[in-house]
Amino acid sequence: MKLEGKKRIWAEYQKDIPDDHFFYVRSCIRQTFFAGSEQTFLKIMRDDLGKDVFEDPRHTTCTGIGYHGDVVPFETIQTVVARHFALATEAGYRHIAISCVTSFGIYSEILETWKHFPETLERTREDLYKATGRTFDIPETISHASDIIYKFRDEIARKAKYNLADVSTGKPLKVVEHIGCHYSKMFPRYGVGGAEFPHVLIGMIESWGGDVIDYPERRHCCGFGFRQYLIQANRGYSLSASRKKFESMEPYQPDLIIANCPGCAMFMDRWQYTIKEIDSVTYGGDGQGIPVLTYEEVAGLVLGYDPWEMGLQFHNVQSLPLLRKMGIKADPARRFLAKDGSRLPEPANLING
Amino acid sequence: MRATSKHVVVAGGGVAGMEAAGALAEMGHTVSLVEKEQNPGGHLLQWHALFPDHRPASEVKHYLKKRIENENITVFTGIGVDKIRHHGHEVIVTLTDGTAINADAAIIATGFDLFDARRKEEYGYGIYDNVITSAELEDMFTAGKVTTTDGKTPSRVGLIHCVGSRDEKVNNNHCSKVCCVTAVKQAIEIRKQLPGTEVFCFYMDMRMYGPYYEELYRESQEVYNVNYIRGKVSEASVNINNRLVIKVEDTLAGRPLKMELDLMVLMVGMEMSQSGTRLAEASGLKRGINRFFETGDHHFGNNLSGLRGVFYAGTCTAPMNITDTISHARAAVAETVRYLNDR
Repeated sequence: MKLEGKKRIWAEYQKDIPDDHFFYVRSCIRQTFFAGSEQTFLKIMRDDLGKDVFEDPRHTTCTGIGYHGDVVPFETIQTVVARHFALATEAGYRHIAISCVTSFGIYSEILETWKHFPETLERTREDLYKATGRTFDIPETISHASDIIYKFRDEIARKAKYNLADVSTGKPLKVVEHIGCHYSKMFPRYGVGGAEFPHVLIGMIESWGGDVIDYPERRHCCGFGFRQYLIQANRGYSLSASRKKFESMEPYQPDLIIANCPGCAMFMDRWQYTIKEIDSVTYGGDGQGIPVLTYEEVAGLVLGYDPWEMGLQFHNVQSLPLLRKMGIKADPARRFLAKDGSRLPEPANLING
Repeated sequence: MRATSKHVVVAGGGVAGMEAAGALAEMGHTVSLVEKEQNPGGHLLQWHALFPDHRPASEVKHYLKKRIENENITVFTGIGVDKIRHHGHEVIVTLTDGTAINADAAIIATGFDLFDARRKEEYGYGIYDNVITSAELEDMFTAGKVTTTDGKTPSRVGLIHCVGSRDEKVNNNHCSKVCCVTAVKQAIEIRKQLPGTEVFCFYMDMRMYGPYYEELYRESQEVYNVNYIRGKVSEASVNINNRLVIKVEDTLAGRPLKMELDLMVLMVGMEMSQSGTRLAEASGLKRGINRFFETGDHHFGNNLSGLRGVFYAGTCTAPMNITDTISHARAAVAETVRYLNDR
């Protein structure tokens, strides 16, 4: 493997990621399944990096799930996204920070459509105005939230309390990076590092002291595909795609998977439980499963955030072995305690529970 | 019958340029042969053996070298042609160092560039150790040693057709014509050198358009057991043993295929040369949708440039093999002489 070759590609696919003043749009899935990730992003941005990130409670779903499930027409989703842009315009923001990879793909697709077919932009302006009375400016930039953490990865590294390394051996942790398909496979120029060798998560892993695993099924979809999980009969496809990835990365004995897509983080985590039930197989070097974390969660760990405040306990594969490796002291008994000390319902069948 | 000795500049000292220069000089014309590299010969210099008969490339190199050993030919090397324009009865050729040559006619033979395989990012050329191009495989043949980067004999080699050809993603819709038969020839050479090595060709169509190509293709299967799989490789990666893993759809079997390889050879296609592109832009010469020089007529004006006294020879107009390149260069000479006589 020649790193120089990858660096050449990375240099070709650099994008304009602004330094400050973001209009943040949340993700339906992330808010539901691991809401701590988005809170962690906001905390890092505001408290650690001192950035201005604005949210508007009137922001809605982008309807991407419906769009990819063929129940929301393209005209409709363009109008919904135009409304998001209108909210940003009204608030005086020109840079959109997008939490969800599906939304990021939707925004990219719509902006490209408007660029190549200007009549669709005019039609959307008309539709939005008729429906809401709103007008909008096209944002100067759109960044996925992982782009922004990537941009500030070295600043985060300088503030780091922990590294992606095993404190008992001093060796870097072996980290799998998984990029959501809609991040750059459709429009390589929109992603840091392009489609074939994206750098967005690799850059973070390198800056925070880990070793990146490049395994044969690195590019393969996690299996999240909307049609695959929305239709119950198709879920076998989803499971088999994730399993293919786990089998391919298994020889490298990874300590951790980092994902930048809501669906990937969820399915690569949850399917490990399913595979354990079906095949009695638990992946990972120590047979304890492979924790699947978001980039914000990993950044939070590096910065010394409380894992339970970030909600790491709500992943199916629990992170206790990973925390021990990194030298992070976290009392497992506190995992399912609410702020007031009362006990929260504890999920069943956790791996490493 | 023929005009008195005239001066012709030939831009490009590859196969077409050398043949054209030799033919003109043979007729008594004065020729300035301008080659941007340090030695004439073009891409042929890198080739070990030629299809369809495995003739050593050195024989053709020798022929062309002799062809330009003529007192009527002055060879300029290490310098390119910047611009060509017609003025009065003359053609003025400006070289890249600013020198202007006044001549009676010019032949453009700027040839082709090999497709830069790094542009097909999914194949990992320049990243994975054992991904090489067909030109680099020729270097291995010349050295007499086909090995992986760690010096081992490959047990399985894959030849990937149409890299940079017939591919909208890289803006090359054209077929480069010679890559299929080159793959067949190279597959046979690998099997001859390494009888224990399995060889697989991954192709879209086998375009065996030239004489004896089909026979060579058949021989590769019947005598040398080369395997052909119809399908385009979608991606390459490496496993923990640094062995290449490719994904391809076997379109005849109708199923996806994953295979490990020790060596992957990319059959890189032909593109309009960068030097030719610059020359076209500077000289106002038209290029076709394939970005090669556009000729006056596809059927009976295939050497005409649209600029009086300037003619095309060889692969600057389209991909072609050596046989056709030499024929095309001779035709360019015929057109040039007719122009000089009629002027």
